[in-house]
Amino acid sequence: MKKTILCSGNEAIGEAAIRAGLRFYAGYPITPQNELTAYMADQLPRRGGIFIQSESELAAINMIYGASAAGARVMTSSSSPGISLKQEGISYISGAQLPAVIINVMRAGPGLGNIWPAQSDYFQATKGGGHGDYHMIVLAPASVQESFDLTRLSFELADRYRIAVMVLSDGLLGQMMEGLTFDEELAPPAAVEKPWALTGARDRKPNVVRSLFMKRPDVEKNNLVLQKKYRRAAAREVRYAETFMDDATMAVVAYGSVARIAEAVVRRLRAKGRRVGLFRPVTLWPFPSKRLADLSRRVKKFLVVEMSYGQMVEDVRLSVEGRAAVSFYGRSGGGVPTESQIERETLRCLSAPLKKRGR
Amino acid sequence: MAKSYLRPQTLTDVVTHYCPGCGHGILHRLVAEVIDELGIRNSTIAVAPVGCAVVAYDYWDIDCAEAAHGRALAVATGLKRVQPDKIVFTYQGDGDLAAIGTAETIHAANRGENLTVVFVNNAVYGMTGGQMAPTTLLDQKTATTPRGRQAATEGYPLKISEMLAFLSGVVSVERTAVSSPKEVLNTRRAIKDAFMNQMEHKGFSIVEVLSMCPTYWDKTPAAAARWISEEMVKYFPLGKLK
Amino acid sequence: MAKLKINRQRCKSCQLCIVWCPRKNLKLDGTLNEAGVFPAVVIDPANCTGCGMCFVMCPDACIEIEG
Repeated sequence: MKKTILCSGNEAIGEAAIRAGLRFYAGYPITPQNELTAYMADQLPRRGGIFIQSESELAAINMIYGASAAGARVMTSSSSPGISLKQEGISYISGAQLPAVIINVMRAGPGLGNIWPAQSDYFQATKGGGHGDYHMIVLAPASVQESFDLTRLSFELADRYRIAVMVLSDGLLGQMMEGLTFDEELAPPAAVEKPWALTGARDRKPNVVRSLFMKRPDVEKNNLVLQKKYRRAAAREVRYAETFMDDATMAVVAYGSVARIAEAVVRRLRAKGRRVGLFRPVTLWPFPSKRLADLSRRVKKFLVVEMSYGQMVEDVRLSVEGRAAVSFYGRSGGGVPTESQIERETLRCLSAPLKKRGR
Repeated sequence: MAKSYLRPQTLTDVVTHYCPGCGHGILHRLVAEVIDELGIRNSTIAVAPVGCAVVAYDYWDIDCAEAAHGRALAVATGLKRVQPDKIVFTYQGDGDLAAIGTAETIHAANRGENLTVVFVNNAVYGMTGGQMAPTTLLDQKTATTPRGRQAATEGYPLKISEMLAFLSGVVSVERTAVSSPKEVLNTRRAIKDAFMNQMEHKGFSIVEVLSMCPTYWDKTPAAAARWISEEMVKYFPLGKLK
Repeated sequence: MAKLKINRQRCKSCQLCIVWCPRKNLKLDGTLNEAGVFPAVVIDPANCTGCGMCFVMCPDACIEIEG
């Protein structure tokens, strides 16, 4: 039975997590994600789960390490400075191959920054803010509805790949309220066998959840297992959305809340007959490189717009490999690109002469 | 028929990496004996620290999680909360529990998590080459206090167990040693009590065990044992603190 | 008469058993073990009461006593 409610991005994430079978949540207060922690405190204990407000974000990530090691579906949430405190834990979770869902409601940085939205944690999320070669699957919602849908998906992917999945929201998406529709009877994603879990070695050999391998070749072997998994996830889990891209000669590339603003600009320019399209990555890792590479054979101009001073733009350039011109416009530190600014940059990009490009 | 003394089943049949005379070896056997005696081998989960005992899972035939340095009690909290019927214990050194992990220790204790902690106090960081630990005694020489620990610059040895005894969530705090047969047997009894507290859902129990580190105390194992009973106990008195 | 067994190859020669044996009935062997140390050995098996002090103090569980 479909149900539609009005709620904030943060609460949508909370509701989706509980409906996805969340069993254990640990969180710590930090604006702009507090509504999610409060939602968990209110709802989770009444709906078959365990809530802990931990002494720090660092303790929280290690608590979900433990609960996940026992086979439970787990989640923690924070905002940028708190996510920095979790990086070591995320590296351990990745090394030990533990499923985990981590929500980052991004705010302006660096340092204490402020509580305004930003996208300046892109590198941290997609390139690994912790030590060692690891990846998280990183999902970027652009609405309250998508915050809900991608949170559910994150539990599925976490269990499927025994991986950490980060939902990269921001202060805008987290705080704003929109309509949210969901199927009340939809069951959580099917449970997954976890023979590796620490449940007490009854009728089996003991399990060890670890990322330390003292014997020389074993850490390399563990890394090769991780790399194989990342290749599998990269081949199957890429997601993106395209608007007016079919005949576009120029594409604006943006994700999350910036993509919403950019879409308004693209629609208005389309109405004036300008052949502009919007390419919106939904998975920031695995990044939709192949699709962008294909597009760049036809589309010769890309404008990347971010609430940062240029992070995703590097992945766009890597994908396009010089086949098209990639320009950038960004504001950070809580600055949100306005429609007029994006429109100005788009028109400038459209009118810029195309330099001769290597094949 | 005189008493038999046999290797506990929970102790795996391997040579440990510990130095000759290291207290960890004795403690691993005691933990294994208690697990055997209480018959909880297939419902017990250990959380290993980062330190000399990081590979404790090689020596116990039970499920074990490895925690990041200092985070064993946060990991144990998660493990225990989702499986309250399982027995979860952490085995931590002084650096793990009382330096980098101080916040996790104090807050797990303050929440009264139903956990058992075996806290091995050997007054140095062994794994990394004998550096000062929070429990290094005044004037004790270590790799990072080459002229002996000075209160003016390194502060005082940390009495973490006394601090934890103040917390309402804490059910039992004991300090014992493995420096003599009498103390080893008393340590075994204390560990067993701490496990039984958990089995009876009483809350947070910790046993601090003064343990020999011959290598980085620069003493023979026997002299290291004497140093505990003659020097360490002056600052870290043995007994039931709570 | 208790039967004491020492796993010579596993002994690390820490000598805690020798120090704490009430009857001073243990000593270091004259030949090296696999690890290249002199392991503990019983001096006179008949003189062992099976009190277990050596077992209690051994960090490497090398000693077993059948009562």
